[in-house]
Amino acid sequence: MNHNQPVYTDNDPQSELVTLNLGPTHPATHGVFQNVIQLDGERIVSGVSTIGYIHRAFEKIAEHRPFYQITPLTDRLNYCSSPINNMGWHMTVEKLLNIKMPKRVDYLRVIVMELSRIADHIICNTIIAQDTGATTTFLYLFQFREHIYEIFEEICGARLTTNIGRIGGFERDFNEIAFAKINKFLKTFPVALKEFESLLDRNRIFIDRTSGVAAVSAEMALDYGWTGPLLRSAGVDYDVRVSEPYSSYEDFDFQVPVGTSGDIYDRYLVRNAEMWESVSIIEQALEKLKHEPAGVFHADVPEFYLPAKEEVYNNMEALIYHFKIVMGEIDAPKAEVYHAVEGGNGELGFYLINDGGRTPYRLHFRRPSFINYQMFAPMSVGMMLSDAIINMSSMNIIAGELDA
Amino acid sequence: MAEVTNNEILDALSAKFGAKITGVNEPYGLLTFETTKDVIIDVLRFLKESDTNFNFLTDITAVHYPEKKHGIAVVYHLHSMVKKVRVRVKVFIDEHHPTIPTATVLWNAANWMERETYDFFGVKFEGHPDLRRILNMDELGVHPMLKQYPLEDPNRVDKKDEYFGR
Repeated sequence: MNHNQPVYTDNDPQSELVTLNLGPTHPATHGVFQNVIQLDGERIVSGVSTIGYIHRAFEKIAEHRPFYQITPLTDRLNYCSSPINNMGWHMTVEKLLNIKMPKRVDYLRVIVMELSRIADHIICNTIIAQDTGATTTFLYLFQFREHIYEIFEEICGARLTTNIGRIGGFERDFNEIAFAKINKFLKTFPVALKEFESLLDRNRIFIDRTSGVAAVSAEMALDYGWTGPLLRSAGVDYDVRVSEPYSSYEDFDFQVPVGTSGDIYDRYLVRNAEMWESVSIIEQALEKLKHEPAGVFHADVPEFYLPAKEEVYNNMEALIYHFKIVMGEIDAPKAEVYHAVEGGNGELGFYLINDGGRTPYRLHFRRPSFINYQMFAPMSVGMMLSDAIINMSSMNIIAGELDA
Repeated sequence: MAEVTNNEILDALSAKFGAKITGVNEPYGLLTFETTKDVIIDVLRFLKESDTNFNFLTDITAVHYPEKKHGIAVVYHLHSMVKKVRVRVKVFIDEHHPTIPTATVLWNAANWMERETYDFFGVKFEGHPDLRRILNMDELGVHPMLKQYPLEDPNRVDKKDEYFGR
């Protein structure tokens, strides 16, 4: 509760309004954030968002960590698609250092990032369905997030907070089991996604609950700084992967799905369509990998790429580089760089200022959830409470990304 | 839509604002320049509404340089989605009187970005509709991203920086 704001109470005997504390730990918010809303019957009269419940001062911590130690911090932003954050950060540093990745590394990264995007969209879309009352679809599709996490586990050993990859590539090559699991996923997931769509796309109850609800015009979405599926559902075809391709996205052939009205149904459709595109991108990437030299999983930049432990113990140069990287003594240009990637929720930007010290002078995360969420309270005014709940689900607000 | 180069943007800006545009730089292809706080809103409005078409406010943040005379840089990242070009605008302000006009008159997106910047750097955005802390608690009393505030309690005896290479 904020002390500078008027505290809404229902003590006034004349008042017909009811104050409701939605959150910080409310099952319907799917995350730790609070909205104090005033209700006239079931209609929202006003709302105040309070955030910051899990603020962990990442930007301050990042000023005290060498580059490679910042990757685990990025895990904990949008923890539903951590690999995108990890690789966004790696690519930011690589941009600063002017390192170019071999194509095979780019394609491996694309595979991992698109798997994360699918995991992120699975969460959002199944939660929309769940909040409109369709538990079946939630349970049915959610198992595929588990399969994606199994793939991550095979690649990097971790599931949720992945810390995947290194500055300069991956820590190890994908093994056979990882490829087998990816191939299996590509066979089974489309079947389930098709079934998921057939359960909801033309479902009368689902459409009644979502169509026309919380519609947002393109102008308003841009004015409020929306990016990602939310902006695209309002009809703006902005996708960082296309407008400023990174990690060789320009080699891939994919569509940018857009909606028309920006309502919850459109957001659902856009996310579903993006999952299909992601599946296609992964298939293309696997095909392209066949034409790349096997076994290349990092760039040849020994001064920036953390060497394998075996090398460190047996090779003098590797030991020196290891020491320098761990102590943050790499020779990075004194410069500032902004790099953006298309995260699960929109443009995830890293603004890095390096002054030649062991740690960044300043690192700022442009977090899409934070910027997308500020429209929630103003747009809820006049909405039914139950519509506001699914509106919140469809914005896919991840508390870690919201609060940094 | 025709592409626009950094030089064209810069020429248009210089023609309008002349000597108010300084410190021009192009790190990694991203046009960066400095301006002053009395014209910042005019500069942003010009970028947004003229042919350069910077319709999207990507980010507002700040950087603290304790050794400089004007120690806080407020940094704006704008993006022209139509012309696929970005620009970075910096305004250096006095860290003892950190005030700057608000950009919420141009973009609603600026609201929380400015609240965050106020919360962490104490920059007061004049005319902001609701300038309160956003992520930290109201009782915090300091603006923690300023460089004079250490990451950890300096009085701790069990953790010495020298052991951690810091």
